[in-house]
Amino acid sequence: MNEVIDELPEYDSRVGPLPEPMIQREGPAATLLIRGATLLDPASGVDGLHDLLVEDGTISRLGEPGSLEPGEGTEVIEAGGLHVFPAFFDPHVHFRTPGQEYKEDLETGTRSAAAGGYAGVLAMANTSPTVSTPEQIESLRDRASKVASVPVGFLATVTHGMKGEELTDMAELRQAGAVGFTDDGVPIESPRILRRALQYQRMVGGRIALHQEDVELSGAGVMHEGAVSAELGLRGVPSISESVMIARDAAIAGYEGGKIQIQHLSARESIQQIRLAKAEGIDITCEVSPHHLCLTDEAVRTLDASRYKMNPPLRTEADRQALIDALIDGTIDCIATDHAPHAVHEKEVPYEAANMGVTGLETAFSSIYTNLVLPGRIELDLLVEKLGCGGGPFGIEPFSLAEGSRANLCLVDLEAEWVVGEDGYESRSQNSWCAGESLRSRVMVTLADGQVAYRLRSFSLGVA
Amino acid sequence: MKHLISIDDLDQEEIEGLLDRAESFAEVSKRDIKKVPALRGRTVVTLFYEASTRTSSSFELAAKRLSADVVSVKSSGSSVEKGESLKDTVETLSAYDPAAIVIRHPQAGAADMLTNWVDAAVVNAGDGMRQHPSQALLDLLALRQRIGSVEGRKIWIVGDVLHSRVARSNIQAFSKMGAEVTVAGPPTLIPRRIEESGCEVRYSLDEIEEADVVYSLRMQRERMKESFVPSIREYARLFQINSRRLTPRQLVMHPGPVNRGVEIGGDVIDSDRCLIADQVASGLAMRMAILFELLAHGDHRESAEAPVPIGEPA
Repeated sequence: MNEVIDELPEYDSRVGPLPEPMIQREGPAATLLIRGATLLDPASGVDGLHDLLVEDGTISRLGEPGSLEPGEGTEVIEAGGLHVFPAFFDPHVHFRTPGQEYKEDLETGTRSAAAGGYAGVLAMANTSPTVSTPEQIESLRDRASKVASVPVGFLATVTHGMKGEELTDMAELRQAGAVGFTDDGVPIESPRILRRALQYQRMVGGRIALHQEDVELSGAGVMHEGAVSAELGLRGVPSISESVMIARDAAIAGYEGGKIQIQHLSARESIQQIRLAKAEGIDITCEVSPHHLCLTDEAVRTLDASRYKMNPPLRTEADRQALIDALIDGTIDCIATDHAPHAVHEKEVPYEAANMGVTGLETAFSSIYTNLVLPGRIELDLLVEKLGCGGGPFGIEPFSLAEGSRANLCLVDLEAEWVVGEDGYESRSQNSWCAGESLRSRVMVTLADGQVAYRLRSFSLGVA
Repeated sequence: MKHLISIDDLDQEEIEGLLDRAESFAEVSKRDIKKVPALRGRTVVTLFYEASTRTSSSFELAAKRLSADVVSVKSSGSSVEKGESLKDTVETLSAYDPAAIVIRHPQAGAADMLTNWVDAAVVNAGDGMRQHPSQALLDLLALRQRIGSVEGRKIWIVGDVLHSRVARSNIQAFSKMGAEVTVAGPPTLIPRRIEESGCEVRYSLDEIEEADVVYSLRMQRERMKESFVPSIREYARLFQINSRRLTPRQLVMHPGPVNRGVEIGGDVIDSDRCLIADQVASGLAMRMAILFELLAHGDHRESAEAPVPIGEPA
């Protein structure tokens, strides 16, 4: 059993005041009327056909269909047959700035997020160089204030250069605006370092997001270890390389009263560890990616690295079903894309040589809607909720459609059919795991922090 | 058959066809003039990203025996060493308008990728630890010539299955042709769930008596450093194929190059039961058959039926 010390004093950040966590480009606040859409906001209980009026970036009124009239100059969206959801929040994206802007940058990354219905994303810190100093956080926030079409928050690394040796200046990083900490891309191999970081977290706050992989066990693996890897002759990453690290780190977090987020769960053994930890009252949260919910290692038989090579790898159908069950029963807190853009030349190489990672922001909703909601495996409410609550572990509340809320919403056509990549991507990269797939449902418009962040090119608005 | 990438892509009938064709080329190789004009004026590129003696020489000679022009590119001393990508190298070589590209690459799927980039027929001469289809086909040929069909035969593949593309191709090829395949070796060198590829798994040679054919795999000494086996000595004691372990009727095969005294005893190599020399000879005939089937079969300019040696009356 993991020992949980509950005598530890209640703590909260001692380093405040902290800056606003999310940063976006300043733009005109939207004023528009969405007429006759089906609203669905499981958290606030808003449900059913409504007119929704946004004035000056705020949801000012909800009314019966046909009851609200636009003021002069108000854009009108005739949204009969369309759905409005609170916008989504992704706590796990890679925007590659600084250093690898040929893959993605804050402008293309946030555009990609907007196209997927997101109004908030958290960018990982495994850039080149890594985000390990307060100056870098300040510089990224400054850049985001100029180019980000949806609000973006930044995590800083736990250790300098993600080398796993020395802690970053976590207090100063928090004061500069770091929303949390992560060495994502690699695990924190040393339990001693993680323990120190979690002790220090009591003073500075900021959840630590963990990429769980025992590198001794995963070795040179490039896909899930199982029947498919055995047949293809590709080195395998066993499921236990993930689950043993979760077990270890849950024990450390429990002992220190730390807050950890387990990133991109892939294996059913891992879910078991999360359940045990949660049952013991450990402050552990976790996320799952759309591709782990929709795909299995059978896809790797194509040896298509652009679509099917990522870390952690796609696992078996039993793992996939276990992940879906854990999403339904609440063991998994949220859906995060792990949006990981790579250039064509990094992916158009033999499977073993290709970079790990796939893009996912533009297809997150549509892919899960097509693969899990339409066949009846999960409810639409659950999908909307789990795509929306990713900020929770980092203290960021989900968006709401209630009157008086800032307008963070997406307008979705559940009937639309489209082929992913046919018209290109908002992302700078093309390594979508859905490339070429025909998906049902599409985001038409996204409002982020009161601004129109995205509208599908073919979708026109009328002006009253 | 447009390319030869994996045994998985072939059905039993296609394999039989290749074996028949290879037998006819084996005949040609016994004649004084061993060359046939089937691929005259056509170009075969061999592109080897890994060291190879028998596979590269065998494909080159096979192409030459079919009268093709041959361009051989090896990664050492070429633009590959200067960091050129596979795609760029292949596109450069495509300028020669090759009819076929024979590629060996240390990574799985390299040959598959070529099929998207070039018009040429692509032959996988070994990709990572995944497939080595011409090896499996030549092994079937060597067996056919010694014992006829493998249907119903028990074939044991012994040793480092984990790192072996030969094992993966041969499990598929042998079982596709009706043999019962067993893999044997220490658990560290048998991939988890390999039995789902259609073979039995044994962690000892206790029951090797049942095998009609024992296929020994090369054991690399580096495996000791990676803790796959405690020592080569212990490995040899448990899994070496030698005369003491075999009954007189059992045949032994090995893809070469052998480590005498490690995975296979010298007494076996030098005995009649050993098919290693047959395998090498079959290699040439089978690779001629592969190139012929890919490039000349169904080609209206040439009769596909009876290749006639150059200089002999038709």
